[in-house]
Amino acid sequence: MKRFHPATWLLLIASLAIVSLVAIARGAVPIPLGAAFDALRGVGDMTAIAIVRDLRLPRVLLGALVGAGLGASGAALQGSLRNPLAEPYLLGVSGGAAVGAVIAFSLGAGSDVVITLAAFAGGIGAVFVALGVARAGGRSVRADLRTLLIAGVIVGAFANAAIMVALASAEPNTVRGALWWMMGSAADATWTRVAWLGASIAGAGAALLYWAREIDVLALGEETAASLGVDAERAGKRIFLIAALLAAATVAAAGLIGFVGLVVPHIARHLGLRSHRPLIVAASLIGATLVVAADLAARTLAAPVELPLGAITALLGVPFFLVQLRRAA
Amino acid sequence: MITFDDVAVRYPGARAFAVGGVSFAIPRGQLTALAGPNGSGKSSIVRALLRRVDLAGGSIGLDGRSIADIPPSELARSLAVVPQREESAFPARVRDYVALGRYPHLGLWKSPDAEDMRLVEAALRQAGIDDLADRETDALSGGEWQRVRIARALAQSAPALVLDEPTTFLDVAHEMAIFELLYSLARAGKAVLLVSHQLNLVARFADNMVLLDAGKVALSGAPSEVMRADRLEQIYAWPVVVTRDAATGAPALVPLRQPLNL
Repeated sequence: MKRFHPATWLLLIASLAIVSLVAIARGAVPIPLGAAFDALRGVGDMTAIAIVRDLRLPRVLLGALVGAGLGASGAALQGSLRNPLAEPYLLGVSGGAAVGAVIAFSLGAGSDVVITLAAFAGGIGAVFVALGVARAGGRSVRADLRTLLIAGVIVGAFANAAIMVALASAEPNTVRGALWWMMGSAADATWTRVAWLGASIAGAGAALLYWAREIDVLALGEETAASLGVDAERAGKRIFLIAALLAAATVAAAGLIGFVGLVVPHIARHLGLRSHRPLIVAASLIGATLVVAADLAARTLAAPVELPLGAITALLGVPFFLVQLRRAA
Repeated sequence: MITFDDVAVRYPGARAFAVGGVSFAIPRGQLTALAGPNGSGKSSIVRALLRRVDLAGGSIGLDGRSIADIPPSELARSLAVVPQREESAFPARVRDYVALGRYPHLGLWKSPDAEDMRLVEAALRQAGIDDLADRETDALSGGEWQRVRIARALAQSAPALVLDEPTTFLDVAHEMAIFELLYSLARAGKAVLLVSHQLNLVARFADNMVLLDAGKVALSGAPSEVMRADRLEQIYAWPVVVTRDAATGAPALVPLRQPLNL
């Protein structure tokens, strides 16, 4: 395996910056890259400044934050569950969060704070249901990680069913909102939403980085972790909860976006990163770049029709999942 | 010194005790071997040391203190354990893996300093794997991987070392190398507990043997006292003789044949 080169950090940051600038410039009204950069600084054409600052910049930031949250969440889950296929979407965490968000939404909650909290409650609920289902299938949760993954898929399916049932009797407005959550989209980006998501991701991300070395130890298995003085059960639950919070915050802001959390940690490991503190930072940067690029594709590929962002990431992620599954088998 | 005082373990939902009142000591400077048939409670003893199971009775002491009263990271600085199995989900460079043995000394944030890295290099050397330091853990043979795991435990620089069947699946040379390493570590002052099925090798290397049967100590003492054909035959439920190894003079167990008539 190759060694991680420190200059790779510059490459990761530059990729995010370039993709973001292109995403700011491209759209229904194309703006040349130079003019887009000027508009960011508040220089030049007033219309361009308005489009860039009020519409595209918050959308790009929202996409970047969603990607960062999903990447960090996936890296933490894969390490602590010792499962290269773990990610919030496949574990049912995102599905549960979507149920929470849809319930809050259909009860008339409008504020991002309430919806994020409801999504978090839903995500945590899904975690416990998935753990319960996995436990019903075996004695120890981490003893059989495949069971946990299957449990997650079952919880995800249940979450989908719950949303469908809620939809059957809902008003058209609620239906539109719920569909939006199921497909994933960065379209409803407002500065308030960006700020709220940014705060959640920063807080939970900092917590994850604080405990990152514990993930290194958890990745060695419960017994070895115990011999190094780490209570795997407690530490694992802590990481799981923080990862669920990260995923739930992204779901509240942009709906269900799958496979980013799966793909991105593998790319970070492929760059030569092993230790989870740098791995989580790199996964955040790569996730941000990936989601901004996927959202750009969603907006422009079939313009004027906008494709669902979650569908784009799934199209990228499913083949990747199959390759990983083959490798794991 | 680790002391087991009437230790009992019962798993949730189980009627029988996995370990039913076991007492023995693992003194510093000695190699103590724990043996016994499958299911006799050896791994439960290791799990109890790691505090992965609650004791149903008795206590485990470390230099006079009950391990139940010792904080986890302090315990990990005093006692290093190489569990029976470990499948790493993601490969790592051998040196980085061994350096995780410093975790109980470093905690979440302290960076390894020169002294930590010196101890990691010393552990690699002691385990005889300094030439593997830059390899990936998924590119190792079974024998190399076992020595890498032992090096990780050595990097913990704990005065007590416990290994659960470290030579399973290893060939003669790799197995001997590990026994020699554990013997030297014990002679250098560590308290070493080796869980092993290799009675003949154990009889040659260990200072003391503890033989478990159905969760109780069936025999304990010097190898010459434990290697008794009559008792081993009962414990393993198989006809055996004990001879003297011609080359070394150590007691040697020879299981006899019981051909099947199919």
